[in-house]
Amino acid sequence: MFDGVSTQLLLGQILIGLINGSFYAMLSMGLVIIFGMMHVINFTHGAQYMLGAFVAWLLLNYLGIGYWPSLVLAPVIVALFGIFLERVLLRPLAGLDHLYSLLATYAVALIVEGLVRIQYGSTGLPYANPIPGGVNLGFMFMPYYRLWVVVFSVFTCLGTWLLIDHTRLGAYLRAANENPQIVQAFGINVPKLMTLTYGFGVGLAGLCGVLAAPIYQVSPSMGSSLMIVVFAVVVIGGMGSIVGAVATGYMLGVVEGLTKVFYPEAASVVIFLFMTVALYLRPQGIFSGREAS
Amino acid sequence: MNSVAEDPATVENKAGEAFLEVRDLSAWYAESRVLHGVTFDLRQGELLTLIGRNGAGKTTTLRSIVGLLQKRTGTIRLEGRELIGLRPFEIARLGIGYCPEERAIFSSLSVRENLFLPPVLMPGGMTESELFQTFPNLKARSASQGTKLSGGEQQMLAIARILRTGARLLLLDEPSEGLAPVIVREIGEIIKKLKARGFTIILVEQNLRFARLVADRHVVVENGKVVDILTNAELAADMNRVKSYLGV
Repeated sequence: MFDGVSTQLLLGQILIGLINGSFYAMLSMGLVIIFGMMHVINFTHGAQYMLGAFVAWLLLNYLGIGYWPSLVLAPVIVALFGIFLERVLLRPLAGLDHLYSLLATYAVALIVEGLVRIQYGSTGLPYANPIPGGVNLGFMFMPYYRLWVVVFSVFTCLGTWLLIDHTRLGAYLRAANENPQIVQAFGINVPKLMTLTYGFGVGLAGLCGVLAAPIYQVSPSMGSSLMIVVFAVVVIGGMGSIVGAVATGYMLGVVEGLTKVFYPEAASVVIFLFMTVALYLRPQGIFSGREAS
Repeated sequence: MNSVAEDPATVENKAGEAFLEVRDLSAWYAESRVLHGVTFDLRQGELLTLIGRNGAGKTTTLRSIVGLLQKRTGTIRLEGRELIGLRPFEIARLGIGYCPEERAIFSSLSVRENLFLPPVLMPGGMTESELFQTFPNLKARSASQGTKLSGGEQQMLAIARILRTGARLLLLDEPSEGLAPVIVREIGEIIKKLKARGFTIILVEQNLRFARLVADRHVVVENGKVVDILTNAELAADMNRVKSYLGV
């Protein structure tokens, strides 16, 4: 196709990009939901993603609970941690400048990572692949588990978008984002709605962590290293745009993969290059204002 | 702060059982005190207007009733139940529907989503067909974005939205503001129908002609206090008295 670049390599990197993009999309969607509804820049998101993976690992190693039950249990446990955090830390900061919640969540991220590191060390812990094997696509060997991650991520993103854009609960959330006082005056318990929203966003991070556990090593720093990229995705897509976050997540995963083919040295910076250009040309995000929410 | 014994509202309130009692209500925006002991009563099925100049405290009185002002003192009782200390959503669930001055139509919601956003709080609210019969324009535009409606349609949507919930007390903040005379008349007719249906209504209004057409009594608010209460007949007989309050 291109000089010196085989179609096989190209398609292979696009698929790998989609897998990475699946994590970017799910994590940035959680961040956008939390920011869009609560105006909290959740710097604990990476630690909550890591907690999802760790909880799955703990469930397996201490209680013998395998991957499939953990796919439900671990996000719920992480979401409960998020709900606790919202009630004791974020709610008292509501109404103050965004910087306060940003710093508070960053502090929690450092504490959580530190505690996990003290207890389990920095070395990654292995998590067995629940779907061994794969399929030969002709241009690459595709492990079943990675295929599962892409499919599951697409359905999770679609389901979340439907929930927020096409349900009564989603209408409450969108309205509360615009004018929480009036929504309260309609008889809707907005503080509880905010708590559940945060719990849901955090639960998504936990879910993403469980998905990541069999692919990456379960380690305390797995979230912090990924979150820098995810924040760039959110900035490019637009801070309030769910569709933007998801589309940008997949798109930048692919862009990153393609950069590895054409100019591998730039693969680790290409997303930040995109972010710089996006901030210059469209600081509100490339998808901002193109959807109702 | 006004002495309740000297307050004209108290004298008026002696007649009839109160559905809503507001006694010695004071309210603050941050450190700034806006209400200074507002007192008035409202009987079931009555339509009361709050009239007064801009900044007199009419909107603040409504916002205090629905709990949107955090710092307030005094007493607000709905059928004997104290509202001070309750959160806004708890107050709404007692059967109060609030239609704010700015209409608060949500831009991220369609007309239909806006209309059905407030949950049904208690039985007795209007059904979907009754709503669309009363507000036919809304049916035709139900798929449009809420904020794409004209000002009059947005006002109708803001009123319609609280009629489905079963709220028995409606708080309407300047529904005629900024609308063409023909729309104001239409809204006046709708408010008359709501009153005939048994709703108890507090209407904040600066348009005296409009207020006179629909109300039973008028509470004049000045500098955060109730300075006079008139029946509709008294208002009609002595417009100059009220105009002097309003400075028109």
